[in-house]
Amino acid sequence: MIQADGLTKLFGNKRAVDGISFSVARGEVLGFLGPNGAGKSTTMRMITGFLPPSAGRVTVGGFDLAEKPIPAKRLIGYLPENAPAYTDMTVLGFLNFSAEIRGLRGAARTAAVNRVVEMCFLESVRHQSIETLSKGYRHRTCFAQSIIHDPDVLVLDEPTDGLDPNQKHEVRGLIRHMGATKAIIFSTHILEEVDAVCTRAIIIDRGKIVANGTPSVLRQKSDMAGAVTLRVSGVAATAVSARLHQIPQARRVAVLEEINGVVAACVQPKPNVADGELPRAVGEAAQGWRIQQLQVEEGRLDEVFRSLTMPDTVSRKAEGGGRKPEAGGQKSE
Amino acid sequence: MNAIANIKAITKRELSAYFASPLAYVFIVIFLLLCGFFTFMVGTRMGTFFQHGQAALDTFFIWHPWFYLFLVPAVGMRLWADERRVGTLELLLTMPITSWQAIAGKFLASWLFLALALVLTFPLVLTVNYLGHPENGVIFCGYVGSWLMAGAYLAVSCITSAMTRSQVVSFIVSVVLCLFLLLAGFSPVIQFLSGWASPVVVQAVAACSVITHFENFQKGVLDSRDVIFFLSLIVFSLFTTAVILRGHRK
Repeated sequence: MIQADGLTKLFGNKRAVDGISFSVARGEVLGFLGPNGAGKSTTMRMITGFLPPSAGRVTVGGFDLAEKPIPAKRLIGYLPENAPAYTDMTVLGFLNFSAEIRGLRGAARTAAVNRVVEMCFLESVRHQSIETLSKGYRHRTCFAQSIIHDPDVLVLDEPTDGLDPNQKHEVRGLIRHMGATKAIIFSTHILEEVDAVCTRAIIIDRGKIVANGTPSVLRQKSDMAGAVTLRVSGVAATAVSARLHQIPQARRVAVLEEINGVVAACVQPKPNVADGELPRAVGEAAQGWRIQQLQVEEGRLDEVFRSLTMPDTVSRKAEGGGRKPEAGGQKSE
Repeated sequence: MNAIANIKAITKRELSAYFASPLAYVFIVIFLLLCGFFTFMVGTRMGTFFQHGQAALDTFFIWHPWFYLFLVPAVGMRLWADERRVGTLELLLTMPITSWQAIAGKFLASWLFLALALVLTFPLVLTVNYLGHPENGVIFCGYVGSWLMAGAYLAVSCITSAMTRSQVVSFIVSVVLCLFLLLAGFSPVIQFLSGWASPVVVQAVAACSVITHFENFQKGVLDSRDVIFFLSLIVFSLFTTAVILRGHRK
């Protein structure tokens, strides 16, 4: 549904977005991750047709946004950053206006407004002026506006920003639910959201894509991915360390802590060790110990995120944790 | 059809925005008070409405260019400046409408609002008809001219509103621009210009004055040149607004 090719945006001499290419199909929820100022919002503004790209092109539903902006925009629902809304209107007035400008009239308009009021839990404030709404309600009002015409493409810029945990949960549920039938892009810097909602995630940094894949694939880039942690009791820490060091597949062994006779240790695999081989080896090594816990780490997204976007401050302990600038990204000329 | 529906939706929204805030009521009350005061208490060089002894509304229309100087920029200043400040511009321009439809819709809303304020001066017309037998055609012509002039000021306010996100800056700049439109035909300005500009330029500037064009309407002369002057000023200003809006997004 959404196809971006070599999107570039220059602000003066600064390359805010530098040759980003990706596509989103129907049924996909694409998470856009990146530190502040990485170019997330600028990219979204180009996808929605608010900013014309300096180079590259966007097509939405087959319509080139530069050549056929109106049919393309008709397919898009957009929640801009900070969820702006006309503060001098009531919630209902604002939604009626949005519906009308989306070409919904009469009974269709009423039905659409009622649907989003219910979906976004706005019943109690429908006649209230937007100016007097709390941030959460204002946010959901703008969100309601973006889905009022049941668009095929949804572009959401930080949809859960400023919401309380319950509201965040609701909005995530909504996105996941709608993701089955739409193409959705949303940006966030909350990493658990990626796990909760996305089918795929893109990490961008300084205007470039540094990673592109499903959350589980991204997680495997983590230093901790595939590591085995175990807790045993009744053995001295030195003995645990000595025996674990003899495992051939282990790249690194660390004793994490020793509390009340329980020793916690972590074993990281060498590269190219097949799945399940390390846990088996650790299990063999641990024979005779009283095992309290043995766990294979999945890897952690925040670690991947940090290592990709702050390569200078995270020590490059392993190949897997290093910067991979070409993972899914395109080289700019 | 679609374009008209879009413009209508935007006009409706803008109009409701005026009446959702005190601005509309304050504006109308002040405009009507000023009209009454200047018509009956100040008047023209020939005296006030009653001193004139004529069944005409000269004393009413002659002040309009000066009322509008301050009142119209106050109506137009929020049109785009507020959209940019609040961030709704992003919402508006990502909707399936062209920027022309947005510009036209917003302009029409404010222009209709000004028309409403003008219509509300109808007691003056009733009064003058009660007191004598005025030429209602001339009065009607004056209203048309006044409305066109208000539209021209308003279009200029659209430009300044699109240039900034501060309503105050927009207001001040558009007052200055409108003042130029007002004074362009005045002799001090002409003299200042003729010191260094070529006569063609001086003439061109003098022809830009809204007063000279509005005077014809006051006399009851509906000259197509005057109508075209105001309409072209409106179209040019709205076009400039479109260019400025596009420039922001570059």
